[in-house]
This record gives sequence, C-alpha cells and structure tokens, in this order.
Amino acid sequence: MNVLSKKAGEPLATSESKAVLLNRADARRRRVLIYTLRVLLLVVILGGWELGTRYGVIDSFFWGQPSGIWAQIVTWVTQGTAQGPLWEQIAVTLEETVLGFLIGVVLGIVFGVVLGRNRFLADILGPYIKALNAIPRVVLGPLFIIGLGFEMPSKVALAVVMVFFIVFFNAFQGVREVDRNLLANARILGASQRHMTTQVILPSALSWIIASLHTSFSFALVGAVVGEFLGAIQGIGLMVQIAKNTFNANGVFAAMVILAIIALLMEFLITALERRLLHWRPTTVSDVTL
Amino acid sequence: MSTIKPMTNSSNNTPSAYEHGTPAIELQNVTKLFRTPSGGAYTALQNLTLSVAPGEFCAVVGPTGCGKSTTLSLIAGLERPSAGEVQVMGKPVQGIDPRIGYVFQTDAVFPWKNVLRNVTTGPLFRGQSKADALKSARDWIARVGLAGFEDRYPHQLSGGMRKRVALAQTFINGPQILLMDEPFSALDVQTRTMMEDELLNLWASSSASVVFVTHDLEEAISLADRVYVITAGPGTIKGIYHIDLPRPRHVAEIRFEPRFVQLYQEIWEDLRNEVVISYERTKQKGR
Repeated sequence: MNVLSKKAGEPLATSESKAVLLNRADARRRRVLIYTLRVLLLVVILGGWELGTRYGVIDSFFWGQPSGIWAQIVTWVTQGTAQGPLWEQIAVTLEETVLGFLIGVVLGIVFGVVLGRNRFLADILGPYIKALNAIPRVVLGPLFIIGLGFEMPSKVALAVVMVFFIVFFNAFQGVREVDRNLLANARILGASQRHMTTQVILPSALSWIIASLHTSFSFALVGAVVGEFLGAIQGIGLMVQIAKNTFNANGVFAAMVILAIIALLMEFLITALERRLLHWRPTTVSDVTL
Repeated sequence: MSTIKPMTNSSNNTPSAYEHGTPAIELQNVTKLFRTPSGGAYTALQNLTLSVAPGEFCAVVGPTGCGKSTTLSLIAGLERPSAGEVQVMGKPVQGIDPRIGYVFQTDAVFPWKNVLRNVTTGPLFRGQSKADALKSARDWIARVGLAGFEDRYPHQLSGGMRKRVALAQTFINGPQILLMDEPFSALDVQTRTMMEDELLNLWASSSASVVFVTHDLEEAISLADRVYVITAGPGTIKGIYHIDLPRPRHVAEIRFEPRFVQLYQEIWEDLRNEVVISYERTKQKGR
C-alpha cells in the first residue's frame, strides 16, 4: 500500500513541479513584456511630442516641448525659481497640503464618527452638510484669501475644506455600516461607550476611512495649488501662475511634473499606511467615489 | 393559549431535579412588539413564559422567524419587553448583566483582533489587568484547542475555529448564564458534532445555566435537559419536554439510542405543525 502510493505519487510530484516552473516562467515573461510596453508607450508619446514640435506639427510656444520642460526643471534645480530656490517652493506647497490634509482628515473622522453614532444629530445637520457638499468648494478660495491673507493659512484652509467632506462621508458611512452583531457582542463583553468607539467602531470604520485617504490627498494638493493661483508669495501654484503670465508653457508642464511626483510619493506612503493599519483584512476595499 | 399556561404552571409546581430555589432565568408572559418600517407593529413574541433552573441546559426549538433570537436579546438586556417581565437570578433585567455570556449565530469575533486579543477583549473591558487577561486568555485558547493559533486573524481561520474563538471569548468571563443563538448552524455536520461535544465539556466544568436556541431538533435533544418548543411567530410556548438521557453524552452516538428516537418522535409531532405553518407563510410572502 505504502510502496504503491509512493510510486504513484512520484511522477505526479515531478510533473506538478514542472507545471509550477512553467507557470513561473510564464509569469516572468509576462512581467517583462508589460514593463517593456510601458516604457515603449512613454517613449512614443514623449518622442512623438518632441518630434512634432521640431517638425512644426505642434507649436512648442503653446504646447511646450519635452526637452524644454526638462531644461526648465534643470534650471529650477540649479538656479532656483523667480521666488527663490525650488526646494523652498516644494516645501511650502507640501506643508500647506500636508497640514490641510491632516486637519481635514481629523475633522472628517471626528464629525463622521460623532454624527454616525448620533442619529438625532445626523438628522438635524444632514441637509446642511449635503448643501455645503454641493457647493464647488474652490469658490471658497477667494474668501479665504480675503480673510486669511496671502500666506499659508488661506491655502491650508482651502485644502481642509476639500479634504473634510470626502473623509467625513466615508467615516460616517463606515460607522453606519458597523456589523450590529459586533456591536452587540462588544456590549455583552462589557464595553463602555469609550471602548465601543475606540475598539469597535473606529477599527471597523477604518477600512472606509483609509479608502478615502487616497482621494483626499490629491484633493488637498488641489486645494493648496488653487489657493496659490489665487494669490501667494511662494509655492508651486505660484510658479504655475508666473509661467502662465509669461507664456511659458514649458514652465507649466515642469510644475505639473513636480506635482505629479509629490502626489505619487504621498500615494505610496498612504498605501504603506493602509497595509500597516489594515493588515488583518484579507482583501482591500476599493476607493469610494463621491 | 389556554393549553399553554397549565403546562408551564404544572412544571413550576412539580419540583423536578432541576428546580429548587429561584430560577436562573424567568420570563413571565412576555410580549415583544417591533415597529415595522411602514409604521405598523410586528409581534415577535406573545405571552411567552419560560424558566431555566440554575445549572440547567435548556434548548429552545422552533421554526425560523418564531422569535427565538428575540427571547435571547430580552434575557441579555439588549432589548426590553413590550409587556411582561424578564428576570435573571431573581432580579428584573436592567441593561446588560455582566454574568451573561452570549454566542451569536453569525461570526461576532472582531476581525481586526488576532485570536489572543479577541479572547482578552472581555476581561480587558471588565477592567482586568493586561497580564492577568493574557494569562487566562492563553489558558482558554488551549482549552478550546487553538493553542498555536494565538497570532492568527479570524479570516485566516476556518468557520469551526472561529466558533472556538467565540466560545473562548465567552467562557473566559465565567458566565453564570450562557445564551447561544444557533451558534453552530453555519458549520458542516462533522464540525458541528465536534463543537457540540466540546460545548458540553466546557459547560460540564462550569455551573452555567444555558439557553440554546436552535431550529434543529436533534441538536436540541442531544444537548439539553429540557426542550421548549415555540410556535411559528408570534412565538409562544407550545410544549416543554424533559430530556432524561444520561450524562455525559456523546453527541455523535446519542442519536442512535432508542430513548432518543422516542423523544424525537414525540417532540417532532409537536414541532411539525409549526414548521408547516412557517413554511406556508414564507411561500405566501414569496408570491
């Protein structure tokens, strides 16, 4: 019996491992293909653009030129911008964005959890929050510039309102969706009100809240940059504004590249945070669009 | 209704082996109404009278939707009765009693806590020191056969293992009253039999009074000292059966004993009509 099963098992095992190896080779080949095609796509787009401008198909005065954009970035890095060194501009915009993001997230979570737990309050405030959410929030920018001046606070305020509603709605929904069985179980196990919030409701709503963070960071960046368009002393938004005023299309694109890099880096950090906080979860909830 | 009251009264008047002193749980003519979204009222329980002696294992059987779970919610203090009285250890239920343990039908372990943290939840909520909680949690995890799985998260465990976590999470608090709402209904038959045996062992080493709600008559008879049959909603007691099978019992084998079969037939006669009524109702709703 033992011998038989062993004999029968052996060829099976080798053919199995062969299949595994083949599979692995397949997967590797596919990965290489995808990376190659990705790079190729970029080369085609940038190369086409560059050649288009060189042969006069695209007007580089209005639409910029990859080599010009690169030259602009190099100039900014080596000689600084009109308002001072490049890193200072990045630091200013990043500070506004991160501050606005953090304040907006904290306020969003606090309001979301409080209203999510208190039906009465939610019923009273509900229509007002919906009305506020319906306003395109960038229009608050001029108001903040008037009220808070040209410096950082006005941009932070704009970033906060951009972020707040996204996080708020997700946190609110997350609290409402907490499994009733889990709540009942926690109560039976002796949870106080504080325990309920910190150990049941917040962890449960966390997957919803974190899903909203990806979108909210880019919204915080929009808030900061738009705030700088409207009036600022420093920042990447101001660089865009100046480039626009001097018909420097390459400058606008160069600023765009810098913003994209910032956004990607932050997205990476948020994903890392998500992995860390939600390691108990088998699969990730996809983003909620509002 | 009139046929029901004498039954409960007679069981109260004749002192059996299980009934001396104040009952651990007592429901007197309890009615529970729920408001429906359309503004009407739905009667889940009507004039339900039920009592459980200290240390008694009591099963409640009935068709789906007969208010079995509602009964447990009332005893646990999660819901309040619309009429009648619910007493635990001789005192009316007001809020959640720390002496009660509750095992839910669906998974109610916290998915963001690993096994160890899940089991320590109760003691920590109840103000035990972290060191003590961890020590007794490890002990209970071993007792339910999950030693070595302390660091796993619920999604990494099978359904049966998650139930073991739920049992440890409940038993660690040393409940004097144990409420179980179809705890094993989601498990496959083999796992279920094993868990039933496990439960009987855990219960034997405690002094808890148990109310075990199920729709499975076999499960009810194999586990309980007494079986209550509840009518199709609104739920009220239709019959009470004393299960005189000797303990310790082995759930897998007890079903073949002649006395078991006899009890099963007797109770099934009672239950069958209710199941038919409940089935007809759901069919009508479907139309």
